[in-house]
Amino acid sequence: MEIIVLIKQVPDIEKVRFDAEKGRIDRSSAPAETNPFDLNALEAAIQLKEKFGGSITVLSMGPRQAESSLRDALARGADKAILLTDSRFAGADTLATAYTLAAAIKKLGKFDLIICGEKTVDGDTGQVGPEVAEFLGIPHVAYVSEIREAHRDKLLLVSDMGDKYLVEVKLPALITVTKDLNTPRLPSLRDVLKARKKEIEIWNADTLSDYGDLDGFGVKGSKTTVVKVIVPSEKGRKGIIFRGEDAAERLLEVLREIELVA
Amino acid sequence: MKGILVYAEVESERIHPVAFELLGKAREISEKIGGEVWGIILGHEIRDLAPELIQYGADKVFVYDHPTLREFDVIRYKEILVDFVKKFDPEIFLIGATPLGRSLAPRVAAALGTGLTADCIDLRIDENGDLIQIRPAFTGNILAHIKTKGKPVMATVRYRVMEMPEKDLSRDGEIIEMEIPEIGETGLKVLGKVEERGVNLAEADIIVAGGRGLKSKEDLKMLKELASLLGGVVGVSRPLVDEGWISKDHQIGFSGNTVKPKLYIACGISGSPQHLAGMRDSETIIAINTDPSAPIFRYADYGVVGDLYEVLPKLINGLKNAKRSENR
Repeated sequence: MEIIVLIKQVPDIEKVRFDAEKGRIDRSSAPAETNPFDLNALEAAIQLKEKFGGSITVLSMGPRQAESSLRDALARGADKAILLTDSRFAGADTLATAYTLAAAIKKLGKFDLIICGEKTVDGDTGQVGPEVAEFLGIPHVAYVSEIREAHRDKLLLVSDMGDKYLVEVKLPALITVTKDLNTPRLPSLRDVLKARKKEIEIWNADTLSDYGDLDGFGVKGSKTTVVKVIVPSEKGRKGIIFRGEDAAERLLEVLREIELVA
Repeated sequence: MKGILVYAEVESERIHPVAFELLGKAREISEKIGGEVWGIILGHEIRDLAPELIQYGADKVFVYDHPTLREFDVIRYKEILVDFVKKFDPEIFLIGATPLGRSLAPRVAAALGTGLTADCIDLRIDENGDLIQIRPAFTGNILAHIKTKGKPVMATVRYRVMEMPEKDLSRDGEIIEMEIPEIGETGLKVLGKVEERGVNLAEADIIVAGGRGLKSKEDLKMLKELASLLGGVVGVSRPLVDEGWISKDHQIGFSGNTVKPKLYIACGISGSPQHLAGMRDSETIIAINTDPSAPIFRYADYGVVGDLYEVLPKLINGLKNAKRSENR
């Protein structure tokens, strides 16, 4: 089974500083990591490869630093890694990102399955997966929380849409996965060392020129623009703190005040 | 005729209420930029639901009622929406940011080659008459204001962020039965529901939530008791789901449910960014935690620095006594 896993490098969200007064996001204090949902996507690919054989290609778009996430993916079990990096890819919205990824996938050629995380922790959109599927003209299943049956030509999946649905999809297809799907395994030290020597292919806009229109990449290909970013100061919370023996009594009074209790 | 299109999702034989909120917003937008408000509804044996969309603000409702639309086949649904947009050319297309909406909308946007803004919490018309779409990003830590080039301007919008309009039973509108376009094999077979969610947190007015501060699975009973006394439901932070204490449908946070109840009581929850992303917009937040430096207190209207094992039993007793005297 030929599997492609889409990966994004994101800042460790717990360490990013958000300055409400200046409306600034300070990533400098935040180390980069692989989007946590993407690790579940990679783990699913590894499990399928264990069953069917074949190979796993990890594909990412981003700055050169994103190589470290791809290297980590190689250590975890991916066979091949490709980084799409070019200033002409920069500033892409989800549409342009998906268009670029789809062009790269077309260049890669034959595949059976594309797996990605349900969303990223920085963009939060969850749109790139389904958009890639549309650009490739293949079906997708979102929010996959269980792969119930895997065959060479089709998958039987549980899709968590609030209620859970059983969905059969013919391959080739794309799935986006939730954290419930599996527990990603950690790479061994040996694998980490081995991955250091593996090559990461770097592709730019020219590499993709036979598979996509240059005007579809980056800012040019984007239809949405961020006109302003606000770091919201917390909604004026009252911040009344109770301590000690009668705290529960005080809370009851609060509940009475907000008219939940007579 | 200019149109603002609202997608009406059918969920368990009813219209998901986010569609009504979007109709209210679409009316407000149409007053500023002109045009009609259109509803579009897909499914099987759903004709009878169409009038409700008019009562909530649609001028026209386009109905696609067909046995092949009974289950959500994303490609089939996409084909129909794309076909509609190409024929009727709406200015704006709003879709509820439900799991279904967030799976369907990007496919439609990509097929149309238009922009799509995910999970909006506010929509405004600026001085140029453009739609400003406001959405959280970075796990809810920032709000981005987004504009779209070209049309339709597409956005998915979170449930319970727009005001629910009043239902007007006397409102007039037109219901139009649509022909299904020819759609081939999609590669998808939706074989039905395998598990019904036990609780619908997104629609709850009161949530009593527990986190790592709980010592055992048994202690969830205490939360359940408090929730039922208040007429609410139980939510949890991710660790308790990971422990297997409760099903995922109870999980609140970035990888679970986003909620906006009238009252949120966080018991033994420290307030990780991931958890806050799921509940920070609740109307009133009460936090109970032993650690006075826990981040949750910064988001709370009322906080108790104390042990939930002392506070909750007292609270439960107090509520029981109040109920008793009420019944007397």
